[in-house]
Amino acid sequence: MEPQDHTLNPGLYLHIPFCKTKCPYCNFYSVTDLNLKERFLSALNAEMPFYREAFPFFDTLYIGGGTPSVLNGKEFETLFRHIHDHFSLSPDAEITVEINPADHDTDMLSLLRNLGVNRLNIGIQSFDDTILTFLGRRHKAREAREALALACRSGFAHLGLDLIYGVPGQDMASWMADLQYVKNLPIDHLSCYQLSLEQDTPLGSRFQNGDFALPIEQMQLDFFKKTSAFLREAGFLHYEVSNFARGADAMARHNQKYWHHIPYLGLGPAAHSFNGRKRWWNHRNLEAYLDDLGKGISPVADEERLRPEQLRLETLFLGFRTAAGVDIDAFYRKFKRDLLKEKSVMLKHLQQEGLVVIENGYIRPTLNGMAVADQLALI
Amino acid sequence: MKNIRNFSIIAHIDHGKSTLADRLIQYTGVVDARNFQDQILDNMDIERERGITIKSQAISLPYRAKDGIDYTLNLIDTPGHVDFSYEVSRSLASCEGVLLLIDAAQGVQAQTIANLYLAMENNLEIIPVINKIDLPSADVERVIEQIDSELGLDPDLHLPCSAKEGIGIEAILEAIVERIPPPKGDADAPLAALIFDAKYDSFRGTVIHCRIMDGTVKSGDIISFMYNQATYRVEEVGHFLINRQKMDQLTAGDVGYIIAGVKTVSDVRTGDTITHENRPCTQPLPGFKEVKPVVFASIYPIASDDYEDLAVALDKYKLNDASFVYQKDSSVALGQGFRCGFLGLLHLDVVQERLEREYDLSIILSVPSVRYRFTLKDGTVLYVDNPTEYPEPMSIAKGEEPYIRATMMLPERYVGTVMKLCMEKRGVNSTLNYTSPGRAELVYEMPLAEVIYDFYDRFKSVTQGYGSFDYDLIDYRESSLVLLDILVNGEKVDALSQIVHRERARARGVLACDRLKEEIPRQMFKIAIQGAIGGEIISRSTINAFRKDVTSKCYGGDITRKRKLLEKQKKGKKRMKMIGQVSIPQSAFLAVLKTDTD
Repeated sequence: MEPQDHTLNPGLYLHIPFCKTKCPYCNFYSVTDLNLKERFLSALNAEMPFYREAFPFFDTLYIGGGTPSVLNGKEFETLFRHIHDHFSLSPDAEITVEINPADHDTDMLSLLRNLGVNRLNIGIQSFDDTILTFLGRRHKAREAREALALACRSGFAHLGLDLIYGVPGQDMASWMADLQYVKNLPIDHLSCYQLSLEQDTPLGSRFQNGDFALPIEQMQLDFFKKTSAFLREAGFLHYEVSNFARGADAMARHNQKYWHHIPYLGLGPAAHSFNGRKRWWNHRNLEAYLDDLGKGISPVADEERLRPEQLRLETLFLGFRTAAGVDIDAFYRKFKRDLLKEKSVMLKHLQQEGLVVIENGYIRPTLNGMAVADQLALI
Repeated sequence: MKNIRNFSIIAHIDHGKSTLADRLIQYTGVVDARNFQDQILDNMDIERERGITIKSQAISLPYRAKDGIDYTLNLIDTPGHVDFSYEVSRSLASCEGVLLLIDAAQGVQAQTIANLYLAMENNLEIIPVINKIDLPSADVERVIEQIDSELGLDPDLHLPCSAKEGIGIEAILEAIVERIPPPKGDADAPLAALIFDAKYDSFRGTVIHCRIMDGTVKSGDIISFMYNQATYRVEEVGHFLINRQKMDQLTAGDVGYIIAGVKTVSDVRTGDTITHENRPCTQPLPGFKEVKPVVFASIYPIASDDYEDLAVALDKYKLNDASFVYQKDSSVALGQGFRCGFLGLLHLDVVQERLEREYDLSIILSVPSVRYRFTLKDGTVLYVDNPTEYPEPMSIAKGEEPYIRATMMLPERYVGTVMKLCMEKRGVNSTLNYTSPGRAELVYEMPLAEVIYDFYDRFKSVTQGYGSFDYDLIDYRESSLVLLDILVNGEKVDALSQIVHRERARARGVLACDRLKEEIPRQMFKIAIQGAIGGEIISRSTINAFRKDVTSKCYGGDITRKRKLLEKQKKGKKRMKMIGQVSIPQSAFLAVLKTDTD
């Protein structure tokens, strides 16, 4: 599969740090005090000017969180007004908003369409109520299906949803049933995530305490491979470890910037930014974020300047996550390193083991290779 | 001489040896001028915070006793593991008595007894001291009872104290004066000085720590070491106070130092006798043992670029470790390195750790080996301590391995288990003696190869720490030996080879494969490990490749964290050696030696 024609334009990410309830497996930053929304929006407005000059122009806008759909219509309007006041979005910009199925609302969706949102991503996670309960989601399968149906009717150019597999108690049959169900829907993007448990989450702690077990490695691999086979059969491109698109046009332009070292600006608490050489991130705390901006100072908590070997390592592990793989020439142009020569012995072994294929100037991971993408980067 | 007392403090770990030593030093002042006293005490506090309490190996404490006489109390430290028992025994041989320190709350412990045995072997006067009486959990009565029942000493002889609170110190000093006999010796007889340690000082060269048994030595004398007749001119002699203090002479009964232009500590042998070249004593002092390396292993830098750094580090390390020997070596699997000789596996551990910590090196050691002797069919006799030099099997007429006589002191109740352990290690010709009620002396002859690996740890474990173990090399005995090779993915790794006893070979092979499976981390490829003797595969294990490691999400905020994780893994990999495509950690090389400890 040919890689997307990536422009080098940066992407804009906005982090809406609010959730009605906290899901026990998630470690994205958010708070449940919705009264702070107004102050937050003002603070965002105060944060944007810091970056006008450095980032005059974006061709993607991604609104994530937290749960962006806790914002009401007026709040969305305010948000977009702030964005347009400070930044330029290209006319064909990809604009994505994440919504929670429990917040489905015809009026809201219309509003978003009118504001220019052309990609909707719904956090379904599962169509199985038992799984949904285990994951602590605030919707049931029925609401998920309703939200989906609504979204399909709302005329968004692109519709995507998130699903989670590898959940304790979930067998292959029930997962494949979920996939079967979505296959026939007019959605053009799927993110299928294996459940991963971070230490600092409630579910993670329960796992540490031995409350439940996760599927063994072989099972994980099975889920991964069967999912890929099924969706590809159904016409999806498996273009990144967890991401599937019905056609090249449906691939998430914004997320691809992460995997190709294209700059991005992240606004809001805990948001990360990258300018090609340096990464920086805001306080992972709404109070601190509001405080700093209240005083007129930038809410950046820390930064790192990347050394060449760090950039190289990132290029490799990010590259091996994508179906296209690592561009050998681009790597040479950027880092003056000839991968084929330097890693020739290792690459030969990897090819023999069926983990990578070298063709058309790319070191492309096979499906088995993608499953061990992290180790591939350490060659 | 009658006003000298030479003594040491022995104790189980953490029973307060250092604190008591501090108190004795403080109490006796050491430095004359009163206006310096505070400063010295402050310095002592700083040192204590850093964990150093006595700067020198020995320290001379001036003490005016109740009888009004000024005494010199020489405190000789017995550092390190009682494993390096030879060094400890020479320090004790320089004394006439010991303070046997026992924690009032913990009571008599394993090392209390092990140390007591050593002191008794050296016929020292023993003063039991019960320390930490200030603790709420102190049970002095119980300890007094233990002194009687477990140590077999007269309980009425005990002294209570609290080193921390400074209680009972004077009584201890008085007891040292009263009960520990003064040294005997003739100041006019030919010089006989016992070397109990040597340290390298970058300004002055080697500083020899010694106890003068007979005779007198002073600056300008020509001395000779009785071991090899090497002669030197004495530059300086003196005592140890907080620092070295130069004196005009050292005479019979004294403990102090000699500086004589000796270049390295390797030129000095612990236990050797120093005498005068032109008027030597007739016999060397008893108890000298030539300390020879018995375990050999090769050290390699993980990155071949570090070879020079390793060479420099070994050179520097050897300055203060006379028993460590090394020479250049190389391995097909691991590249250029050094073949090293150690006193035992503990010594090897110490050397390895110091090279890694103090010189910041990433190193790998090959599987350690003893020195075997082969007689070939054509009559040639070969000494082989490197498995890679194992002779062509067809050419071997006879193979022999070194045997030791192991002398073990242990409480009677452990005799059965220890005998079982020794027999497991091919021990023969045992004798059992009850030296005192409840205390046994067990002697076994065993192949050294069976002992160096993990015998000592298991011995300590089955005796719960109460046993003491010492050994001497006796002779070479015929043995049926074979070479066990390890192959990783079909490639022989010479650094993992071992010379083993034929009957044990298969079991060793199985164990080695199992241990390697545990130590070598899973990688992107399947790893086949095989044990082979001659061309025959006798054992195998397989390490499966891991199949899935990639994390699901990798968006803006995840990249930094993931990269840091990978950087850490990369660093870990650097500490492993690549053999073919397989990364092998250092622990794997030693792990193949471990026998089942269950």
